[in-house]
Amino acid sequence: MTVLGVYCETCGKPQADNEHAVCRARQEINPPRYCRECRRRMVVQITPTGWSARCSVHGDIEG
Amino acid sequence: MTVADTDVLDIAREVVLERGEGLSEADVLRALRLPDERLPELLELAHQVRMRWCGPEVEIEGIISLKTGGCPEDCHFCSQSGRFPTPVRSAWLDIPGLVKAAEQTRATGATEFCIVAAVRGPDKRLLSQVKAGIEAIRASGNDIQIACSLGMLTQEQVDELKAMGVHRYNHNLETARSHFANVVTTHTWEERWETLLMIREAGMEVCCGGIIGMGETVEQRAEFAAQLAELGPDECTMNFLIPQPGTPYENYEVVPGKDALRTVAAFRLALPRALLRFSGGRELTFGDLGTEQGMLGGINAIIVGNYLTNLGRPADRDLAMLTELNMPIKALSETL
Repeated sequence: MTVLGVYCETCGKPQADNEHAVCRARQEINPPRYCRECRRRMVVQITPTGWSARCSVHGDIEG
Repeated sequence: MTVADTDVLDIAREVVLERGEGLSEADVLRALRLPDERLPELLELAHQVRMRWCGPEVEIEGIISLKTGGCPEDCHFCSQSGRFPTPVRSAWLDIPGLVKAAEQTRATGATEFCIVAAVRGPDKRLLSQVKAGIEAIRASGNDIQIACSLGMLTQEQVDELKAMGVHRYNHNLETARSHFANVVTTHTWEERWETLLMIREAGMEVCCGGIIGMGETVEQRAEFAAQLAELGPDECTMNFLIPQPGTPYENYEVVPGKDALRTVAAFRLALPRALLRFSGGRELTFGDLGTEQGMLGGINAIIVGNYLTNLGRPADRDLAMLTELNMPIKALSETL
């Protein structure tokens, strides 16, 4: 099951807005940009085979 | 019968396919205006041109962002401009990360690894990082060809990159000269052109292309193709706009697939001997089927894996596609 978190990782708005169909479509070509816990913009590094994203408060995620 | 009455594809067969010369701007425009029902014929001719003047091999490249975001320029398509409220934050990749990215790229069979930075032009710190990175890649035993894309250069910087062993430099003109000021206001098309001439003069390979779908007219697409043909790049990158959130172009429409395919084929007819590389936006614009059609419509190089700020499709899917299309991957020995 996908854990959605409080905020959308693509647009940074609350998940409760329930208007994230476009964001979900964008996720095929976009890595997360916002922390799902606190909506801070993350520092994202894309590599040829993956990506990593760092929130200064909630740490790193990878894909 | 006048020249204007002659079918543009007949002209292309004579001028481009038989003689290996690029199609004129006026005829590229006619090709771009061909109706949908003639698109298969256009693509087939573009493929014949590619096979005759370039061969069946496909050059594979991986790219990496060494310095992401915070760029002082205002390229309206770019999420890395510090002037627009985009979600992209500044980041620097360290040397171990660069070496790892080069290893990942080489493992795909790629012969080209392009190090990219979002800058107006490189400063001493950036050039020092590039130099250290190239040395570390070589020390790791990786023999992949290294290209760079670091913005506008001075002659001294061109010479430095040449001395580092950079064999190809990417610097896109982005769009037609007549449209450039609508896309970028912080520097000029001519400044980019000057950098490209210095690269060529220094003996490095020139990689230059642009982005389709930034509000240019079809006439300006033909103009752009003609300007690229005048430059005569070793490689032309074909990007298709990904409307990036926060940029002035965030609400632009993605280029329709058939228009995009027509553009690919027309650019092949303008640049019969160049590497024509599928670059950013192909997943969004073409999808899987369109990508294959593009490979059979003039394209002979691709970027595999991810891009700078966007994700691509996995490299193994592209490699499987090339196998299915019976297109061999260009070997490193052929590039040396």
